[in-house]
Amino acid sequence: MLTSNRTIDARGSQCPGPLSELIRAMKEAELGEVIELWTEEPRTKTDAREWCEKAGHEFLGVESAEGYERIWVKKAR
Amino acid sequence: MAKAIVVIVGGGVGGILTANLLAKHSKQIQVQLIDATGTHQYQPGWLRVPFGDYRPESLRYPIRRLLHPSVELITEPAKHIDTDARHVVLQSGKQVPYDYLVIGTGAYPHPEEIEGLAQGAHTFYTEEGALRLNQALQQFRGGRIVVGVAGFPYKCPPAPHEFTLLLDDWLLARNLRQQTELTFVTPINRLFPIETVAPVFENAFKERNICVETFFNTESVNSEKRVIASLEGTELEYDLLIMIAPHRGAEVVSASGLGDRGGWVPTDKQTLQVKGHENLYALGDATDLPVSKSGAAAHFEAEVVAQRLVEAVEGRTPQHLYDGHVMCMIETGGNKAMLINFDYQHPPRTPKPSHALKIAKGLFRRAYPLAVLKAPLTAGVGFFVRPGEA
Repeated sequence: MLTSNRTIDARGSQCPGPLSELIRAMKEAELGEVIELWTEEPRTKTDAREWCEKAGHEFLGVESAEGYERIWVKKAR
Repeated sequence: MAKAIVVIVGGGVGGILTANLLAKHSKQIQVQLIDATGTHQYQPGWLRVPFGDYRPESLRYPIRRLLHPSVELITEPAKHIDTDARHVVLQSGKQVPYDYLVIGTGAYPHPEEIEGLAQGAHTFYTEEGALRLNQALQQFRGGRIVVGVAGFPYKCPPAPHEFTLLLDDWLLARNLRQQTELTFVTPINRLFPIETVAPVFENAFKERNICVETFFNTESVNSEKRVIASLEGTELEYDLLIMIAPHRGAEVVSASGLGDRGGWVPTDKQTLQVKGHENLYALGDATDLPVSKSGAAAHFEAEVVAQRLVEAVEGRTPQHLYDGHVMCMIETGGNKAMLINFDYQHPPRTPKPSHALKIAKGLFRRAYPLAVLKAPLTAGVGFFVRPGEA
């Protein structure tokens, strides 16, 4: 499990809600900060990974929890 | 026995339909509807105001004329909802007490949240904006047009896509398409959030040579240089910019401590009760429900809220539940439209655009105040057009 500077609980939010929440948090984050996103949307991990590639951030990983997934992303630019 | 007082805040689809459905039970229930302006706007019509198809006046309806005579209309902004004292405070300071409250206060674009957006971008999400865009289009002689979604959430998710396809038609009809580069920008990695519907737009945009920029989260607009920049590092030059700003809930919701960070009312997805408040309901765009912010959702929710309120007032346990039903008629350009129909359990099937649906959409606009709002002839129609079975 990774440590994060901030956790966003986007459970209950449908696509594209979780990704939008992540992008908004990344906009506000400082360089090097790690954001953890909780989502029930199975698609979010793929979308978040693709978004990190496009936006130049680091996708650190994903882990399954009870009924949701935890995603870690690092602000890299 | 004293009548139960139901106060509804907001004269949109959800508020008016709930009021009229409850009016049938006027022996047990006294209904009051609070609206800031007293005018209901048929907002889907703003989509076609920029093209000169509709005049904004034709999309305005005095709420009094849409309401059952037994419903009392209070035309004044609601400033605060006091859930402990069970009353709504109006701008004048007057208090309106309630036994049950229905929050149907809507969603509003907030362009000021993105640097330069309000100054640099046109919109058709307000009456004033749609008229200003109409003037800009009349002066347009070719160049680069950028249309898109600046941030989530926003109401009527397909409207920016519909607008782009109608704009393509409009430019073609005026022999301006060849001199125009048309680009659509979206914050996510596909053209439309719902996966089964995205391919229809993708094909239409491809056929019409409309460029698409995905993962474009608008960071700023420079209206002097005419450049829109994304968080992802992409910059696009434009001659005409039309963007949908991220929306937020109504001020009265936040001012009353009833909203989340975006000003949306935390609402149970089935009972439509405001979480933690048994005698408060929320519907339509005002909620945080995982459904599209649209008039159709508000319509189906209003039926559930009205039924539950009647059950509660009659001393029965409310049993009706909202299943997430939404229906949407979407313009696809070329004089065609398509229908999508879905709920929490059934995503929409991939729709097929047709001329017949375009005609149906036009007829719906004309029949709307009478059939949908005033005499709710369409109440219950949701039972006959189930998603997955339509």
